[in-house]
Amino acid sequence: MDFNTIIQILDSTIRLATPLLLACLAGLFSERSGVFDIGLEAKMLVAAFFSAAVAATTGSVLLGLGAGIAASMAFALIHGIASITFRGDQLISGVALNFLASGMTVLIARDWFNQGGRTPALMDGGRFQPIDLPFATAVADVPVLGPIYSELLSGHTILVYVAFAMVPLTWYILFRTRFGLRLRAVGENPGAVDTAGISVVRLRYSAVMIAGVLCGIAGAYLATGLAAGFVKDMTAGRGFIALAALIFAKWRPWYALGACLLFGLLDAIGNRYQSIELLGVAVPGQFMQALPYILTVVILAGFVGKAIPPRAGGEAYVKER
Amino acid sequence: MTLPKWADVVLIPLINLLLALFVSGLVVLMIGEDPINAMKIMVNGAVGSTYGWGYTLFYATNFIFTGLAVAVAFHARLFNIGGEGQAQLGALGVALVCLALPWPHWTLALPFAILGGAVFGAAWAAIPAYLQARRGSHIVITTIMFNFIASALLVYLLVSALKAPGMAPESARFPEGTFLPNARDVFGMIGVKFARSPLNVSFLLGLVACFLVWLLLWRTRLGYEIRAYGHSEPAAIYAGISPFRITMITMLISGALAGLMAVNAVQGEAQRLLQDNVLGAGFVGIAVALMGRSHPVGVLIAAVLFGALYQGGAELEFETSVPREMVLVIQALVILFTGALDNMVRGPVTGAFLRFGRRPGATTKAAE
Repeated sequence: MDFNTIIQILDSTIRLATPLLLACLAGLFSERSGVFDIGLEAKMLVAAFFSAAVAATTGSVLLGLGAGIAASMAFALIHGIASITFRGDQLISGVALNFLASGMTVLIARDWFNQGGRTPALMDGGRFQPIDLPFATAVADVPVLGPIYSELLSGHTILVYVAFAMVPLTWYILFRTRFGLRLRAVGENPGAVDTAGISVVRLRYSAVMIAGVLCGIAGAYLATGLAAGFVKDMTAGRGFIALAALIFAKWRPWYALGACLLFGLLDAIGNRYQSIELLGVAVPGQFMQALPYILTVVILAGFVGKAIPPRAGGEAYVKER
Repeated sequence: MTLPKWADVVLIPLINLLLALFVSGLVVLMIGEDPINAMKIMVNGAVGSTYGWGYTLFYATNFIFTGLAVAVAFHARLFNIGGEGQAQLGALGVALVCLALPWPHWTLALPFAILGGAVFGAAWAAIPAYLQARRGSHIVITTIMFNFIASALLVYLLVSALKAPGMAPESARFPEGTFLPNARDVFGMIGVKFARSPLNVSFLLGLVACFLVWLLLWRTRLGYEIRAYGHSEPAAIYAGISPFRITMITMLISGALAGLMAVNAVQGEAQRLLQDNVLGAGFVGIAVALMGRSHPVGVLIAAVLFGALYQGGAELEFETSVPREMVLVIQALVILFTGALDNMVRGPVTGAFLRFGRRPGATTKAAE
């Protein structure tokens, strides 16, 4: 494996980690506030469809992004109404939304475009274009550092940089602002937050809606950045990998970055090689695909560090009468 | 919340279902079809002929098993979302049994296939159960992960060890001695004409499973312990019930039931192991258990309803421009309204009973 191959694999790692990272941070906000979200997949999928559909009809990728975020937020709102207002089971709501997204996107796609559940392929204006960082071409010939800068770091779409910028931003919001402190508190002990005169319902709704925005960007990136259009079930379990990454990261932003990069790397290697030789043993590609899930189970089992979820996660808050 | 039992068991699920169907009707309207006509086509396609009935009950058999699997776990307040993976492993178990010997007759093969499906399904549920009971890992997350691991495992086995010669990633065809008699043969023996369909004797197996689950939950000590644990963990511990034992046993039963689905789907229909033998039935089980209020009779009714929905949806695609995915939307809305938005209906209904009815709490004991 030469240097160029490594750069290429790392480059696709960054691309593949981007949707995971956005969805993972979405889950982070939601679950830190005490609302479990197994509907990350659903929100990404509707966002992917509506961003591609709007970008295809209007030719504007920014309108597409807006539509994707709006669709994802609509799903987030349903999740909020079901699990916060009506105190329904958050997991069941997530399951329902996953089906709804999977069925609805194909249904509408067939009705609008009549192409067997996909949107028309997006032209240049309908996609996010790669951005060249300053001096990327100038330093490309510098050995080692040149390719790292011009190939690996430069030449991604704006959403990739947004996703990576979200990591410090999320950390700052959660751990350095009043809103973040309250958000974390409401996920650990909503009763205490309520006693302090702060609305549990409003805090949880804002967390769920933030998750909607982030999943919307993730879905739009899938359809208009990574691919050129929507195809049926194109999220392909990424919402669940993001969920796995969230647990792997123990609900912390910087760890989430690491986990998503690791899972992105596994995906990139799996895409490139059918099977790889490791210490003389051929590892099948299916094992690489299953590895994120296996690692998550190991982490959850507490054999390698312990993942402790927010204490009030999954429970609706009932005000004392 | 005090409601008469009939309102809790019949009225509320019915309102939930009607709400789900109403919203589905709006969706059909949105894509430019007549909802009433669509409904007619679906009902006619599902139960209007022996062909329709055959497919409806064939799907229903799958959903009975996965629905019972979710329902049993619900009684211990465990949410087993891993029916999909457990059924996949069950399929592996059934296939290994069927391929192991040149079975002379299906009556010999069936008991062993049942055993294979149940044991493999239970084994796949055992690890998440153990991790929940001993290490406190959330069972919903681990079972989701195990669904993905199971699917990767099957894909791997079908391109390596179990792959039959040829292009398709599937196992060899099972020997003829394992083929289960289908409805056409059975009805033909008594001189009744029944169209060709994959409905087979596993349907009867499903009915037996419903009865056995009822027996287990309401007529045995173990069933009592499972329900007691589900109602209140501290009370169950105080009564000397071991949470570890109940979690393990409940999940093993649940996994075994999910695995049994493969007897119908793999031995009964496909007659070979495929990459995806479950096709979402594990998830439909969640909807079925929710609608059936986790009672075997409710599960049976809900399973037939969903079987009809699946078969009717196929007919709908055939006759109109409404694609098959409509079924997924209806299924999602049913889960949403009966599961997550239950309180939306329950609140007003309870209010109405308090206002207009006789005091319900005074005469009837509140249901769960």
